[in-house]
Amino acid sequence: MALKITRDEVAHVAFLARLLIDPSEIDQYAEQLSSVLEHAADIEALELNDVEPTFRPIPLENVLREDVVTVSLPRDTVLSQAPETAQNMFLVPKILSEAP
Amino acid sequence: MTADPSIFEVARAVQDGSQACLPTVEAILATIAAREPEIRAFLFHDPEQVLREAQAIDDRARAGDVVGPLAGVTVALKDNLTTEETPTTCASKILEHWVPPYSATVVERLRAAGAIVIGKTNLDEFAMGSSTENSAFQVTKNPLDTTRVPGGSSGGSAAAVAARFAHVALGSDTGGSIRQPAALCGVVGFKPTYGLVSRYGLIAFASSLDQIGPFGRSVEDAGALFEIIAGHDSRDSTSLDRPAPQVLDRKDRGVEGLRVGVVADLVNFCSPDVVRRCREAADGLARAGALVEEVSVPATTLGLSAYYIIAPAEASSNLARFDGVRFGLREEGADMTETYVKTRSAGFGAEVKRRIMLGTYALSAGYYEAYYGKAQRVRTLIIRAFDEIYRRFDLLLCPTSPTTAFRTGDKANDPMAMYLNDVCTIPSSLAGHPAMSVPFGEGDDGLPVGVQLLGPALSDPLLFQAAFVLQEMANEHKRLSAARLDRTDRGGDV
Repeated sequence: MALKITRDEVAHVAFLARLLIDPSEIDQYAEQLSSVLEHAADIEALELNDVEPTFRPIPLENVLREDVVTVSLPRDTVLSQAPETAQNMFLVPKILSEAP
Repeated sequence: MTADPSIFEVARAVQDGSQACLPTVEAILATIAAREPEIRAFLFHDPEQVLREAQAIDDRARAGDVVGPLAGVTVALKDNLTTEETPTTCASKILEHWVPPYSATVVERLRAAGAIVIGKTNLDEFAMGSSTENSAFQVTKNPLDTTRVPGGSSGGSAAAVAARFAHVALGSDTGGSIRQPAALCGVVGFKPTYGLVSRYGLIAFASSLDQIGPFGRSVEDAGALFEIIAGHDSRDSTSLDRPAPQVLDRKDRGVEGLRVGVVADLVNFCSPDVVRRCREAADGLARAGALVEEVSVPATTLGLSAYYIIAPAEASSNLARFDGVRFGLREEGADMTETYVKTRSAGFGAEVKRRIMLGTYALSAGYYEAYYGKAQRVRTLIIRAFDEIYRRFDLLLCPTSPTTAFRTGDKANDPMAMYLNDVCTIPSSLAGHPAMSVPFGEGDDGLPVGVQLLGPALSDPLLFQAAFVLQEMANEHKRLSAARLDRTDRGGDV
């Protein structure tokens, strides 16, 4: 039986999620993900267009607070957990490269 | 056989000086030193720090300070609850050396009540799993049989309570991660109504499902811990703005007249020895005056498929924050995208990657409505089915886990077989309802069986009311078997 999710789709989905899957493992992931989607065939088959989706179990209103300054976490404590910082900021590799 | 004192009794004795905290804590540390090398429940445990805290609590009590309702009570914390100045890893390499800048609300409440954190417990990485084999660091063993799993994902917390490494513990439950390990380790595990316990400082897995709850060796202890941690918290926007429910006053209220339905559809997924215990529990409740009936709630069987779309979808979004920028692991690449990819590929384990990919797939263009949309509509069906059934019944009863504890390694390579463990626990999670696992006898292999009480939203006190009765029946049964064994030992008639 054809898999619900192909090798190519596994590689594509992995990239969307910013993951790299070793080529030797792609078949296994394709099989495992397919088996979960196979199980979901029971709900896939249901006709539910007239049923509203539930996003959260308990109905909630948006919660607002007064716009007042409160104590926040100490900057040094927070930055101490970052892989790299400079001048009180998080340091990251470059995002844009020079024009060729 | 004398019963253990409840944790409130332990705290009262510490407070009035009749039983100092330090000797109790020393005894617990000795138990840990003896058995932890085999059980491996803890990812972080610092005996020196624990002793210092115990001494400080005795000093305060002696000086006449009101220490709090959990004075000197030891608590083990699942390692997805943030603890300021103590590493919090989620059992993941991506957070291996992270020290959170803040503590979870539940941790602050425990400390304010005078509790001592005995250690941080092992889990399936990011709480994804049902056996505590998916930890990046170690495999936890079931203290009752070390060839078996303790269940998961809060397996370290369940094992710690069962092995007497702590009086009580906290875990988190997304699809059964408190109740299933509680059942497999023979302790009480409770998932409160969604919103009763603040999730602030619980590292998110699936935000619409995650809920923190207690483990105890008795219903009293689980209830006492719940009363301390529950209640509104403005730092969690899903926290219910209402007072924490009282549950301990439900002891001795009995179940006379309570309408209890036994969920036949879920019973069908379970092994015969587990089903037998569940029927005994139902019969016991009936003898105690409850009106017990078998019921069919077919929608509950759709829960598994819906859950294994919804939870991964939410996880794929929540775990996007692990990008190597602000905390945790970074594997440097030539540019930012390559840094993300290298960091996440090195930092996440196989099960976490599976769930992230599954969730990303279910949310991606072309598949969103077929999977995620469909699962969210099924969630509505399940809630409607429960609403319907709770018009006729106050509570439902079913097994917690389809089997007793399985062998380590047995399901480790078959994700779908592992997911099937959650079939009985998932429906309440999707509905945001409270549910509790109470130990009730043993399976054919001599390992504990847990029966599960389910109720509608905010029926938490009623679950405790029935759980007290089940506990009494289970203890009575244990006393009778022990007496029988005792007579056999002395060569008498059985």
